[in-house]
Amino acid sequence: MTVVQANSFTTISTTAAPPKRRRRSFVTLLFGDLTASCLTVLTGFLLLSFVPALNWAIIDATWVTTDPSTCRQGGACWAFILAKFRFIIFGTYPPDEQWRPLLVMALMLLMVLASLSPRLWGMKLLCAWGAVITAMLLLMWGGVMGLSPVPSSAWGGLPVTLLLALLSLGLGFPFAVMLALGRRSILPVPRLLAILTIELVRGLPLVGLLFVASILLPLLLPAGWSIDKLARTLAALTVFAAAYLAEVIRGGLQGVSPGQAEAAKALGIPSWKIIWHIVLPQALQKVIPPLTNTTIVMVKNTSLVLIVGVFDMLSAGRVAATDPQWPAPYVESYIFVAGIYFLICFGISNYSRWLESCVQARSYR
Amino acid sequence: MNVDAEAAIRISALNKWYDTFQVLKNIDLDVAVSERIVVCGPSGSGKSTLIRCINRLEEHQEGRILVNGTPLDDSVKNLDAIRRDVGMVFQHFNLFPHLTVKENCALPQILSRGAQRREAEERAMSFLTKVRIPEQAEKYPGQLSGGQQQRVAIARALCMMPKIMLFDEPTSALDPEMVKEVLDTMVALAEDGMTMIVVTHEMGFARKVADRVVFMESGEIVEIGKPDVFFDAPTQVRTQNFLRNIMH
Repeated sequence: MTVVQANSFTTISTTAAPPKRRRRSFVTLLFGDLTASCLTVLTGFLLLSFVPALNWAIIDATWVTTDPSTCRQGGACWAFILAKFRFIIFGTYPPDEQWRPLLVMALMLLMVLASLSPRLWGMKLLCAWGAVITAMLLLMWGGVMGLSPVPSSAWGGLPVTLLLALLSLGLGFPFAVMLALGRRSILPVPRLLAILTIELVRGLPLVGLLFVASILLPLLLPAGWSIDKLARTLAALTVFAAAYLAEVIRGGLQGVSPGQAEAAKALGIPSWKIIWHIVLPQALQKVIPPLTNTTIVMVKNTSLVLIVGVFDMLSAGRVAATDPQWPAPYVESYIFVAGIYFLICFGISNYSRWLESCVQARSYR
Repeated sequence: MNVDAEAAIRISALNKWYDTFQVLKNIDLDVAVSERIVVCGPSGSGKSTLIRCINRLEEHQEGRILVNGTPLDDSVKNLDAIRRDVGMVFQHFNLFPHLTVKENCALPQILSRGAQRREAEERAMSFLTKVRIPEQAEKYPGQLSGGQQQRVAIARALCMMPKIMLFDEPTSALDPEMVKEVLDTMVALAEDGMTMIVVTHEMGFARKVADRVVFMESGEIVEIGKPDVFFDAPTQVRTQNFLRNIMH
């Protein structure tokens, strides 16, 4: 009986390592030798003096001031941002208690960093998230363990933005998976329910949904019932995120070859385990770019909650600029807030590119 | 019952339609334990559909299928029992691309029979060794050649300890130089006494390994015979035409 030589196909790929491509760093590029340094400095100076926005933002700007009214003299008033930093970040949260939202944000950052690597994804991480979110909400609310209670109407700024974005996406995701599976189901009732929910929510503007949640919903509830306004807003955002994510996930499910489920069936794997372990992971891998898109859109959508009176970071920035002591520095305030949004979204987008490269690395010979 | 128990697979008066198009016409086929059957025929003749009916990847409308004495009907319990006994290898391998080779072999054991992870991984490694690619265990399917992937697919099916193996054109999607390594794996399996039904165009394999060769055309079984008779003196005109066409 002849059998194939072991290793007959493993020796082919042993080739020499490819030559390393030299990459020049940004600094060497700009300040590599005397000519480059001179050119860089010259260009920088020309740019600064001829582009009015740069001039406004850097050269003529006031960075520190003791007298707010003299802050604006032809340039930006960055001193205002320094003075109002705490207010924009924490909103109307009681100043003595602002270590609590700070701790919440630190916890959030820690958990996000811990969740970056797909290797760690699993039941344990999910439970950890549940525990941390509970802890975060308790910290914010107070009323336990000697913490003074702070009603959600007094919360504000970046923690509210982050909590709304994180929770609406986190809670929306499982719903989205259910809706996507429901829409592909062969059973008529789940399919119709899923289609109805998705089309209805997608067909409404988010602003409309927020109004329904904040104004109409309390009227529909029985007398004596009340749900926290922030929670109602969160519910609207969650439903909205779920509808959009559902369609993205459905796209991914459609891209998984039927042979995958067939092979799993032939191996005797029960159908819900096939979905969870075989089909869904592959579907999600296929739709990382549109998932990122929806995630970023949802992070920015949280700023719309200001129209129903929830005090997020954008509202805080706007309100801060109305302080009569300062010369109405709206532009500075908005630029600062925009910068924070940009950092968050840029981070998400870089992370997703890294995830994609992880997936791709698995198919190189 | 005793008669049923003797045959590994017993198919009688099987009929199947896709809408109004009849793909299987009155199929009768008994497969004994440890018997090796090769099914051949032109494309669209229903040979893949036939073996896919055996573990119910396709549902048949009429007729009876018994696998190790268990009738294939609407009972989920029977279906589970049958799928436990029947392993399948596909034309396009259908390995799970998001799992490593070892995980491809271990995870199904855990998910479908609640195996412990350690024992599942040990068994995975032992079958990967058997198909001669233990050194690829930590790679992903996309990093392997077609022949290696198909051998992993065979190992994955064997990890479930099936009594019967179905092969649906296992070498049709392979580059020519990789066909042999897969066929050799299958020959080794046959020598271990596995009951096998193989849909293939590899006539050399059929001649060497098969106990019986089944020729199908237009959803019917045209001829069944021992390989030497089947290849050297086929009785049916349609078989003769088919063999003339594929032997060039």
